Amino acid sequence: MKLDQVARGLLLKEFVTGFALAMRYFFKPKATINYPFEMGHRGPRFRGEHALRRYPNGEERCIACKLCEAVCPAQAITIEAGPRRNDGTRRTTRYDIDMVKCIYCGMCQEACPVDAIVEGPNFEFSVETREELLYDKAKLLANGDRWEREIARNIAADAPYR
Amino acid sequence: MTVWEVLGTVLLVALKSVVLLVALLVFIAYALLADRKIWAAVQLRRGPNVVGPWGLFQSFADLLKFVLKEPVIPAGANKSLFLLAPLIFATLALAAWAVIPLADGWAIADINVGMTYIFAISSLGVYGVIMGGWASNSKYAFLGALRSAAQMVSYEVSLGFVIITVLMCAGSLNLSQIVRAQDTALGILGWYWLWLFPMFVVFFISALAETNRPPFDLPEAESELVAGYMVEYSSTPYLLFMLGEYVAIVTMCALGTILFLGGWLSPIPFAPFTWVPGLIWFALKASFLFFMIAMVKAMVPRYRYDQLMRLGWKVFLPLSLVMVFVVAFVLKLTGLAPVS
Repeated sequence: MKLDQVARGLLLKEFVTGFALAMRYFFKPKATINYPFEMGHRGPRFRGEHALRRYPNGEERCIACKLCEAVCPAQAITIEAGPRRNDGTRRTTRYDIDMVKCIYCGMCQEACPVDAIVEGPNFEFSVETREELLYDKAKLLANGDRWEREIARNIAADAPYR
Repeated sequence: MTVWEVLGTVLLVALKSVVLLVALLVFIAYALLADRKIWAAVQLRRGPNVVGPWGLFQSFADLLKFVLKEPVIPAGANKSLFLLAPLIFATLALAAWAVIPLADGWAIADINVGMTYIFAISSLGVYGVIMGGWASNSKYAFLGALRSAAQMVSYEVSLGFVIITVLMCAGSLNLSQIVRAQDTALGILGWYWLWLFPMFVVFFISALAETNRPPFDLPEAESELVAGYMVEYSSTPYLLFMLGEYVAIVTMCALGTILFLGGWLSPIPFAPFTWVPGLIWFALKASFLFFMIAMVKAMVPRYRYDQLMRLGWKVFLPLSLVMVFVVAFVLKLTGLAPVS
């Protein structure tokens, strides 16, 4: 062992420099965000909880083309279609998404010709039972109504790159 | 002495002990929180901040969690020893506080072999560890216990020499006398940390190894032994082990304060500073040492087992032995040796 090495060991050089470095980090701003109280940034393409959208006049966008059902790699979507009672147009009579099967790949919203099914910015939809994660049409439409403003803003922000 | 006088003394000591115990446990609850907060701060995290304002009640929530959980006793374990081990560990760790003077005359038992008592008690703590590791009947717990025992025994030797050096300078085994011996006109410069600086460093590092703190936390190396000798423990027995560990750490802080940082003495030995109660100085100094220990946890990587043994036996032991001789010679030749 060389002399300077011994001297450095005895004078705790590494410890002192390490301590100085640690103290510098000690007073740095924290990298952690205070999650439940403040949210991290989510981009407009964020793929969270699904929603079925409506037109501004309240008309459902979905035309039951079943492209989403066909493209879904996890086969999480189940659609049944039929003519609507009052005007005979083709609509879904059933639109279920099994959120347990879903892999949140976003292919349903890519496939949708009318921007009806979208994945919104919400990711806080944990529930206590499995059954609550089997979403039906009413739940999806309610999601659409609830998140419409954010969803519309995200679609508009992403539109130039589509 | 009549029966009533004896009874009165016993009651008084019991009362003092309860007060000290409660104060100590509250201090440890916050030391634990501070430990986690400091560790988090160095890693740019926030640490526990949800229970109570700034997470101040986190330790109490943890306490409740541990107490309310189901204690799991492994089928192959020696039940009585398994449950006795954490009790021994925690009790012995707490027992050391009987002789520690928090301020001038503020010791429950101001005995004149205080240093020897603390050394004996802290050496006994290793029995709790070995018993726990053996009684668990699990190879990981057993390996952890063996490592821990070897480590604690190794570093006790150099710790002993450090203490001997201080005793030679102070001329007493009584902890209060050791502090009074540091009461000079020089204030902070008259304390032993400066005069025996290499010993202070050896003491600090040995204290880390003695209490199984990082970077010497091999007995509970998470990546290999999960939690070392505590691996089979849950609920209150685990809590007792953890409590014992933190009590031992705070004991080491207090001991460092007494031996090297002048106990309850004010760092600047004149008027406005000497008015501050000794207890506050003592707590401040102990907290400073605890902060250093917590910082070491945050910044030093864990030692390998052979490195640990090399440091203990091939660096610290010769160094402290040489220091004992050097200090003895200097004291003798300069005539500074205390007369007792």
